Amino acid sequence: MYAYDEIDRTLVNERVSEFRDQVKRRLSGELTEDEFKMLRLQNGVYLQLHAYMFRVAIPYGTLSSEQLRRLAHVARRYDRGYGHFTTRQNIQFNWIKLAELPDALADLAEVGIHAMQTSGNNTRNVTSDQWAGVAPGEVEDPRIWAELLRQYTTLHPEFSFLPRKFKFAITASAHDRAAVKIHDLGLRLHKNADGETGFEVLVGGGLGRTPFIGKTIKPFVAGSDLLSYVEAIMRVYNQYGRRDNIYKARIKILVHELGVEKFAQEVEDEWQAMRDGALKLDHEVVEDIRARFSYPAYQKLAHMPEELKKAAHDPQFETWRKNSVFPHKVQGYGIVTISLKPVGGPPGDATAEQMDALADLADKYSFGEIRVGHEQNLALPHVARRDLPALWKALDRIGLATPNVNLITDIIACPGLDYCSLANARSIPIAQELTKRFANHDTANLIGRLHINISGCINACGHHHVGHIGILGVEKNGEEFYQITIGGRADENAELGTLIGPAVRFEEVADVVEDIVEAYLALRARPDELFVDTVKRLGVEPFRERVYATR
Amino acid sequence: MTSPLEQKKIKITRPSVVTANRTWDGVVIYRTAAKDWSTDLSHAAIVRAADEARALLAESVADDLGAIGAYIAPVEIGDGGRVEPGNLREQIRRSGVTIGLPVQV
Repeated sequence: MYAYDEIDRTLVNERVSEFRDQVKRRLSGELTEDEFKMLRLQNGVYLQLHAYMFRVAIPYGTLSSEQLRRLAHVARRYDRGYGHFTTRQNIQFNWIKLAELPDALADLAEVGIHAMQTSGNNTRNVTSDQWAGVAPGEVEDPRIWAELLRQYTTLHPEFSFLPRKFKFAITASAHDRAAVKIHDLGLRLHKNADGETGFEVLVGGGLGRTPFIGKTIKPFVAGSDLLSYVEAIMRVYNQYGRRDNIYKARIKILVHELGVEKFAQEVEDEWQAMRDGALKLDHEVVEDIRARFSYPAYQKLAHMPEELKKAAHDPQFETWRKNSVFPHKVQGYGIVTISLKPVGGPPGDATAEQMDALADLADKYSFGEIRVGHEQNLALPHVARRDLPALWKALDRIGLATPNVNLITDIIACPGLDYCSLANARSIPIAQELTKRFANHDTANLIGRLHINISGCINACGHHHVGHIGILGVEKNGEEFYQITIGGRADENAELGTLIGPAVRFEEVADVVEDIVEAYLALRARPDELFVDTVKRLGVEPFRERVYATR
Repeated sequence: MTSPLEQKKIKITRPSVVTANRTWDGVVIYRTAAKDWSTDLSHAAIVRAADEARALLAESVADDLGAIGAYIAPVEIGDGGRVEPGNLREQIRRSGVTIGLPVQV
């Protein structure tokens, strides 16, 4: 956990007071909606179909049990008793009243949570690997750098009035769980040939109506140069980014139109002029941030304790353990992913009761810490393996032990037309139907790792372009239709999926996915060839043939 | 459903209403013939021509304190003059999400 200092606490509290005054002036008529809109957006307040939506940041996906309890309180006190975890380590409340928002913000501020810059044309919540600090083989904890960027970019004028929104993601593991290649600016911590730690810098990734995979513009930037290099990128973006056309304003368009070599050279020129200036990072600054992260006092524990050996006779426990428990950097501990994808449920939703109960379990079994992943699941990052049987039973009692992590029913989906004012079609009912079709765990296990991503419009909040199977809702003559892509992925080998054919109707989507899966099972070279690898090997044609031959 | 945020100009091919969200709490509301707002679609003023729609929208937008995001939405007039939403988006706005909520209200 990172402990906020007095500067952070003052900033968050002042922001609450400021927004309280802005809301008061809006409700009295002193501010018009035109004047107020940007102010509310910069505090995470959107207008959706049914009500205002309130988006709260969970920086680099790390939450304390106290913070999770407070989110539960906000869900219960100001909303309808649940929250929705998003693909960018935020939580959204769907039914909040503008008049009550300042009180909700004040309650969150007491535990160091805020909604600053969760919307608007500024740098957004800095995201990271949900296993940061505990993943085996990690170069170092990427959250130290994510926190540095959070501090530097929050309310920074250079980063607050950008041509368009701007998203950072950072990872320090070989396997990318943070989807850095589909972010405006992706950072990959690694060691160079001399054993020094630094960053590969990728720019111009993003989805939406014009999807691109991020491109490496510099293979190694030393930690001491990180801020100056990032600032150089932002200066080039601020100088050349399009402000006349919202659809061409993201940095990915600039990188594409300038060309990656030209863009990289512009950044290099800017950087060379400033790299040894005030933004050169002192070692002490980084170490001060590092020192404010606390880590558990791990015990020396057995990898295979008696409790685990005994529980291994319970097939249900074993199913869950094999699916949801992952290796930890410390022997005797595990990382437990908690699926928020129950059969028939909306992906990423958790009730206030579940949040409260999970906070208690985090205190009991995970040193009071919870993580939020971009796959819309949660994790307990420090669970002693001897406690796994007891944890599993407790999770099962609150409906959080669905053993489907990384399987076909672990679906990423945006809120879609059920909530979102931008959506063209519904996402959640499609996800619900698919979880029912593939509810049998043996079938899902036979299929293996397969990520389905669903977006209700081209803005792609459900990251459909990088789903192994991507589903995009569109509207045709007032009816919902869905385009299907296959072969996308969001990891270190990120790729955009390929459209397999004409859009299909709402009622046909689950049948089409079943056809694709059946084709895969018949075509895969061996049982452990993943769906996405079969598509890579064979292309989309055999799948297209299977889906459309009878339609 | 094409988002009304992308509507470029007013075209009326069916009976329509003006809808918005109430400023203080965001609740879905409809403009009435009495130049007020109602949460009940059946109280909405119905327009059938572009000029009428433009005028109703203009007076609705002018009430910046009472409502935000006003736009023209299609409706269908059923048996006995019953007013129904004209597309799925408006159906969802009137009746709520098409899924079971995690917590029943």
